[in-house]
Amino acid sequence: MNSARRLLLKAAGSAGLLTSAVAAGLLKPGRALADWDSAAFSATRLTDALAAIGASGATTSLDVVVKTPDIAENGAVVPVEIVTTLPNVESIAILAEKNPTPLIAQYTLTDFDGMLTTRIKLRETSKVRAIVRAGGKLYTSAKEVKVTIGGCGG
Amino acid sequence: MAIPIKVRAGNGEIKALISHPTENGLRKDAKSGQFIPAHFINSVMVAINGKTVLDGQWSGGVSKDPFIAFRVKGMKAGDRVNLSVKDNMGDTGSVETSAS
Repeated sequence: MNSARRLLLKAAGSAGLLTSAVAAGLLKPGRALADWDSAAFSATRLTDALAAIGASGATTSLDVVVKTPDIAENGAVVPVEIVTTLPNVESIAILAEKNPTPLIAQYTLTDFDGMLTTRIKLRETSKVRAIVRAGGKLYTSAKEVKVTIGGCGG
Repeated sequence: MAIPIKVRAGNGEIKALISHPTENGLRKDAKSGQFIPAHFINSVMVAINGKTVLDGQWSGGVSKDPFIAFRVKGMKAGDRVNLSVKDNMGDTGSVETSAS
C-alpha cells in the first residue's frame, strides 16, 4: 500500500538530509569515536576552517569573552581563556586567524561551567577567535593579540 | 609523558600540564636545515567517574607542554578524574586523581 511507500520515502529523505548535514559539518557524528578532524585542522584559510567545523554562521556575542594578554612577547606560549555565561555549552573551538592553519583546538563539553583555558602558538599579531555552541546555537567573539616574536617557526 | 593534574571540587576546576614536544611540522632544525616532523597531541579526553566531560582535538598550534584548565558543574570531593591523551605518532598518556 501507499503508506509503506510513504514511510520509505520519508526515511530515505531524512537519511539523505542527515548525510549532507554531516558532510557540511553541521552535525558531528559521535565524537568519542570520531577521528581527528584533519579537513578542519589542515584548512589554511579562516573561512575554510570555520566552514569545516560548521561555524560559518556564528553570531558575535558579548556573552563569550576571549581573555589573552594584549601583547605576547613570545608567540610560542600565549594563554587563551574562554569565559562564557551561556548555559548548556556543547562545544568550544579556538582559532588563531593568521596562523598557517587557523584551527587550534575544538572541545566537546558536558556539564561545562563557563571557563576553559589553553595555551597556543601565534605566528604573528592576530585575532584569537572562540566559537561556542550552546543550546544548539553558535556564538563567537575574538580578541587581538600583538606578537613581538612569532611562535610558528619558518 | 608526565601529566601533573590538579582538581578542586570547590570550584570544579581541572588543570593539567602535559609534558610533550608539540612540534607543528613548520619549524626547521637550526643545524640540519630540515623541517622537524609534526609531533603533537591530537586527542585529549577528561572523564569524571567514567563520564566524559571533555573530548578535545588539538593541532600542533597548541603550545609545547600543553596546558589545559576548565570548570565543570557538580564536582564533589572524592570524584575520580581521569585525563588521557594521544598524539599523532600513537603515543598515549593518562593520569587519574581524586577531586579534593
